[in-house]
Amino acid sequence: MRFSAFEILKQGLTGNKGWKPHWRSPEPKSHYDVIIVGGGGHGLATAFYLAKEHGITNVAVLEKGYIGGGNVGRNTTIVRANYGLEGNSQFYSHSLKLWENMEADFNFNAMHSQRGIINLFHSDGQRDAFARRGNMMISQGDDAILLDREGVREMLPYLDYEQTRFPIYGGLYHPRGGTARHDAVAWGYARGADMRGVDIIQNCEVQGIDIENGKVVGVQTSKGPIKCGKLGLVTAGRSSQTAAMAGMRLPIESHVLQAFVTEGLKPCVDHVVTYGMGHFYISQSDKGGLVFGGDLDFYASYAARGNLPMVEHVVEAGMTLMPMIGKARMLRSWGGIMDMSPDGSPIIDRTHIDGLYLNCGWCYGGFKAVPGSGFSMAHLMATGNHHAPAEKYRLSRFETGRGLMDEEATGAQHNLH
Amino acid sequence: MKISCPICGDRDIREFTCMGHASMLNRPDPHAGAKVWNEYLHNRENPAGVIDELWWHGQGCGAWLVVTRNTVTHEILGARLARDVKKEMRDAG
Ligand SMILES: Cc1cc2nc3c(=O)[nH]c(=O)nc-3n(C[C@H](O)[C@H](O)[C@H](O)COP(=O)(O)OP(=O)(O)OC[C@H]3O[C@@H](n4cnc5c(N)ncnc54)[C@H](O)[C@@H]3O)c2cc1C
Ligand SMILES: [Zn+2]
Repeated sequence: MRFSAFEILKQGLTGNKGWKPHWRSPEPKSHYDVIIVGGGGHGLATAFYLAKEHGITNVAVLEKGYIGGGNVGRNTTIVRANYGLEGNSQFYSHSLKLWENMEADFNFNAMHSQRGIINLFHSDGQRDAFARRGNMMISQGDDAILLDREGVREMLPYLDYEQTRFPIYGGLYHPRGGTARHDAVAWGYARGADMRGVDIIQNCEVQGIDIENGKVVGVQTSKGPIKCGKLGLVTAGRSSQTAAMAGMRLPIESHVLQAFVTEGLKPCVDHVVTYGMGHFYISQSDKGGLVFGGDLDFYASYAARGNLPMVEHVVEAGMTLMPMIGKARMLRSWGGIMDMSPDGSPIIDRTHIDGLYLNCGWCYGGFKAVPGSGFSMAHLMATGNHHAPAEKYRLSRFETGRGLMDEEATGAQHNLH
Repeated sequence: MKISCPICGDRDIREFTCMGHASMLNRPDPHAGAKVWNEYLHNRENPAGVIDELWWHGQGCGAWLVVTRNTVTHEILGARLARDVKKEMRDAG
């Protein structure tokens, strides 16, 4: 069933009884041309683009829980293309262009809202760095506007401009940046892939990978063995476990990142605002909740929840930036399991095992990457060639030291990116 | 979370900084080659379960500890001075 104005009218007049599930729940077949492990944003997008761009439709996405239960449904939904490093800027620029068309592509409203992002700066040195970043974004073909303090004040009158520790000097404004409804992105890709024949199989945990003569031939799952031609591991925070099934050790540590939401309020925060010096960022969801977050807890974790010290740190930062937030009541906090790579950049690559492909290392920035990553991963798996915007995301860069992509120049430690 | 520092006793987690997997104590020979150094610098066991990590008691006694922790439950199972762990490793060859 396709969404259209006519369909909504028709359903509205007939008691909304005719809506159907957005994807089927098939039993797994005995063989697929391609199996994708992990029904997060990246796995679903990979399956979608395999079908849409390459006509490969004998595909299954195997998800151990439910779709949207991982990071894709836990993040703070910031979508942007403001990277500076060669390789990253091309990739995220491509991904943002896909965002701008994907709702029409998969016929689902993901509530992508280009409300603009403002990165605040607090010193002359930081202003120079942001001016440089803005120029890099513009030369990549994206958009950036350097605002002085009065320019920021006009847009964000509620900030505390005079705070003693980090007075606000201005901001880098990225108008095409914004947010989206995270669940809807997972559902939209699932729906779009399913419509093209992809089997989405939930509650199906991959427990082993079958390799014969250096080639992947299938997987063992909680629903029995399934054979495949090619296998993509797209399991985010669980990447070390799935790769271990193929005897691989990855350059990944799993860390917890927390996020927070207040009670629903009338519209007051119209943009995404980031306060890097205080480790705090915020936007307002379409339901009215203020959604905000900060840094990692800084220790390895699979708990999908964090601890109080980071809660306090984030809330304190929020209070120093915008004291009005103190009047809002916080409803919930949660955490996600982040696949942290040593240079802060991801991996989209083949492995030394024939037919086995890897997609991981998204750190805390992989939501905006969902379309670009799916597109490039599908390209690699279908054609055997790296897709140009993602061609730098090689696994081998860590061993050779060539092409390391340390966007923030913090060095080879997983929790510092 | 509290870590029981062998020197200071039970202390709040805020006093410590996690410095990564304790395999960092196993520094390879400078000429060991790219493969070995890649294993050391980048690749990780990354267990969902019990892990040994280096933590630094920076806002306490300044000691480096090897803390044993469960990454799924956040339970802290023990802490030893990194110095002692390193000495044992050396003695064991
Ligand atoms: C609090 C928080 C805030 C964030 N904020 C942002 C943001 O503002 N902007 C941004 O760009 N990014 C953000 N991120 C990062 C982003 O959410 C992730 O990088 C991205 O979602 C990871 O890719 P994914 O969607 O494919 O992961 P997931 O949704 O985690 O998908 C992986 C899936 O693999 C499944 N799986 C694992 N093992 C197996 C197995 N053995 N068999 C079958 N299935 C398996 C899991 O169940 C899971 O569903 C944030 C993350 C968090 C936690
Ligand atoms: Zn101590």
